[in-house]
Amino acid sequence: MPAVATDFETVIGLEVHCQLTTRSKMFCACSTDYAGAAPNTHVCPVCLGMPGVLPVINEQAIADIVMTGLALDCEITPFSKFDRKNYPYPDLMKGYQISQYDLPVCKGGSLEIQVEGHEPRRIGITRVHMEEDTARLLHRTDPVTGDGYSLVDVNRSGTPLMEIVSEPDMRTPAEAREYLVRLRQVLRYIGVSEANMEEGNFRCDANISLRPRGQAEFGTKVEIKNMNSFRAVHDALVFEEKRQAAALSAGEKLIQETRGWVDERNETVSQRSKEHANDYRYFPEPDLPPLRLSSAFVESVRARLPRLPAERKAELLDLGLSEHEAVTLSESRDRADYYDAVRAALTGGEPARAAKLAANWVLGEVLRWVNTTGRDIQDLPVTPDRLAELITMVGQGTVTAQAAKSVFETMAESGKTAADVVAEQGLAQISGSDELRDMVRAVIAANEKAVADYRAGKDSAIKFLIGQVMRETKGRANPALLQDLFTEELTEK
Amino acid sequence: MSDLWRLTAHEAHEKLRAKEFTAVELTESVLARVDAVEPRVHAYITLTPELALEQAREADVRLASGTATPLTGIPVGVKDLIVTKGVRTTAASRILENFVPPYDSHVYEQVRRAGGVMIGKTNMDEFAMGSSTEHSAFGPSRNPWNLDLVPGGSSGGSAAAIAAGECLVSLGSDTGGSIRQPAALCGCVGLDPTYGRVSRYGIIAFGSSLDQVGPIGRDVEDVATMLDCIAGHDPRDSTTAPDPAPDYRHYLGRDVRGMKVGVPREYFVAGMEPGVKQAVETALKTLEELGCEIDTDFSLPSTEHALAVYYIIAPSEASANLARYDGVKYGFSDRTAGSMWENMEHTRAHGFGNEVKRRIMLGTYALSAGYYDAYYLKAQKVRTVINDEFAAAFQKYDVIVTPTAPTVAFPIGSKVDDPYAMYLNDVYTLPASVAGLPAINVPCGFSEGLPVGLQVVGNFFDEGRIIQVAHAYEQAAGFANRLPRL
Repeated sequence: MPAVATDFETVIGLEVHCQLTTRSKMFCACSTDYAGAAPNTHVCPVCLGMPGVLPVINEQAIADIVMTGLALDCEITPFSKFDRKNYPYPDLMKGYQISQYDLPVCKGGSLEIQVEGHEPRRIGITRVHMEEDTARLLHRTDPVTGDGYSLVDVNRSGTPLMEIVSEPDMRTPAEAREYLVRLRQVLRYIGVSEANMEEGNFRCDANISLRPRGQAEFGTKVEIKNMNSFRAVHDALVFEEKRQAAALSAGEKLIQETRGWVDERNETVSQRSKEHANDYRYFPEPDLPPLRLSSAFVESVRARLPRLPAERKAELLDLGLSEHEAVTLSESRDRADYYDAVRAALTGGEPARAAKLAANWVLGEVLRWVNTTGRDIQDLPVTPDRLAELITMVGQGTVTAQAAKSVFETMAESGKTAADVVAEQGLAQISGSDELRDMVRAVIAANEKAVADYRAGKDSAIKFLIGQVMRETKGRANPALLQDLFTEELTEK
Repeated sequence: MSDLWRLTAHEAHEKLRAKEFTAVELTESVLARVDAVEPRVHAYITLTPELALEQAREADVRLASGTATPLTGIPVGVKDLIVTKGVRTTAASRILENFVPPYDSHVYEQVRRAGGVMIGKTNMDEFAMGSSTEHSAFGPSRNPWNLDLVPGGSSGGSAAAIAAGECLVSLGSDTGGSIRQPAALCGCVGLDPTYGRVSRYGIIAFGSSLDQVGPIGRDVEDVATMLDCIAGHDPRDSTTAPDPAPDYRHYLGRDVRGMKVGVPREYFVAGMEPGVKQAVETALKTLEELGCEIDTDFSLPSTEHALAVYYIIAPSEASANLARYDGVKYGFSDRTAGSMWENMEHTRAHGFGNEVKRRIMLGTYALSAGYYDAYYLKAQKVRTVINDEFAAAFQKYDVIVTPTAPTVAFPIGSKVDDPYAMYLNDVYTLPASVAGLPAINVPCGFSEGLPVGLQVVGNFFDEGRIIQVAHAYEQAAGFANRLPRL
């Protein structure tokens, strides 16, 4: 059945829940640093929902959501409020969640995405609002009786949670994945969230519907939950796209429902239909006054807003780097900052050449170290200044490009400077022609066959001879000088 | 020595400082009185005599060292929805029957900081929902003036304890009249502060946009003293006013000549007992004699809507506030059923009393999809209209004076099965609550041997003014510290 799906247009909107990296919780002073901590150790009467407690707004969380809104081109509303979202569940300590209903902190923004091989598109952001995370339920089975039971870990309860709701602007699962990648990148750039889907501090629910191409109104939408990776989001949307297309093609009517993604089975399954939908009975949170954000506060946040990935990438392209280089170097703020620092430290010489040299090193040895060690670029003992020193030494011929790689490795291990490593290990390039001429003569004497080959007109034999000297000097010999010396010695005789 | 419990707090304070007796002796006197009358009055849910004596001993040390406050060594009753660390706090509900809080409320911290001595946790309507203290899971309190009658509610225990001599000053809470109405029915002074004047941190919530803690005492001076102790900004309650509270004792003993008093005609309507009307009219004459300018040609036309507004907003907030009582984390838990959801349902079905369930259902309904605009939103709009009427009135008047309740204390059991009749007893106290205004009840005489209360309502954060008027009236009228024979 070719082209069934082409009769339909897919419409996707995403809701992302993202934990903020504030030090304390949204409405109490408990630490959010509970990863790896024993259950129920980062709790107080407020986040336990004890009788009589009251919430107090975390100012840092508000600064973070404002910064998020600014980074996503949202309008920051000068007047917003918190509301109670009522639903009973054992992971919800108060029986309601403090959230924002009709007056979120941020509304009406956008995020540019570009799927490889396609034109860039702007995806609308409907709103970004502030709420609190729930406790974590751990479902267990009694090994003796086989009965199921649940444990509650309240550590997560009250962690600041931001909900970012997109417009239904995405048209393919690939766009949805790209949107998540770009959103995560922005959140990490501005430093408000670790935005790690696998660790659960970045969660995504997807709404997807199909409509006949050309039709203005939306089709019946399905909400998909329980996706724990970007790949899962993509695969779930691909599955759902096919399922809905097949159903619609067969003349079936879709029902508005929530479906869960089952990773092992690679399919979505129905969880609950709209008839059983919760009535959350939102009403204004009487324990918190409305949130009035002064323009002075918003401007103070804006002043701290770093340059964003799109801007960083454009700067790199302007320096003459390739699309691939620019994208890779601007991947994270730390990486882009590291690169910029290396480039800035390469004084003298032509800027375009410095940009290229720095890019080669960062994309090569530096990222190799990051990938092999699994550590962050800012932990690399080879600071940008020190890497620039090394690059400069190569440029000046103090050390060969080949030796420089091993110098870098030693610098990364020991934390020493390039100059110290080169001195300690005697890796300075040998450019003295007297010293090298003795070696050249010795190699010629010891390799009669290669010499004969060369003289018989086999030019490549000289490469073998050069290689012999390189081996002996551990790559420190100046290759250009060696070429000259061998030509000289072999021609004279 | 044995009659020390008869003293007002300020009288006791003077005598403690003069070393006429010790805080331990004062506390022992009150505890003996409790032993004698509590079985008949039932003002308390939990008594804390050992704790009280320990706190009294600390108070004596403090009195000796010269760092005593006006509340040091004074026996205090604390309403049982005020959270006290290590002392069972039930909100008079089965569902919190065994709840021992791990933290202290702001107001109790303040009382302890001042050196107050807690006699126990006073009885109330369950979760403060009621006007008679009959809706207590621990049985009703009785009115010390006549044990067959209710003491009012919901802070009935706090008021009955004052009238019965079971403490010198107490803390209540007011959502729609829960301090003022029982104070009126028991012949005490009770003050409901401006919403935001006293921290709600550690107050078991009923209607969060209405709840306020306030003092009940034998006279206005004691109430001003306790308000000084508990009022002020608390960073743990974002709805408290940021400005520091003034010194309320400063407003005692001041002239009220020229004070403009509005008396709204909507408060003198059918359903009001003739004895109450007469006592209030006499009180207005007294105020006139003190130099107040009384204006009875004054209308607050939205007064009648306050009851409807209140019975939408308070239950709506309560329906969310009481959602946490599910038997999972603390308190009563019925785990006899097979599933978690069934256990939660059984816990709530058996843990809450009927009035509480009625209000949870009212509130849940009012907030439901399709009804929100017609009920909750409409109620908030009418609330604004009521606020605006008061705001306009306070352009003209310094205070508004009304009766506190339309009747004197009524028999136990007479209204408990008729919720609407019960709700009507708060008809004079609800408007100020809905607007968030401060109001005080001061005794203004008797009708057929039972106390009648006068309500003085002030502008926002103008507690000083209502204390000034109430104190001037009290000094002239002479109804302060009248205790029943018991």
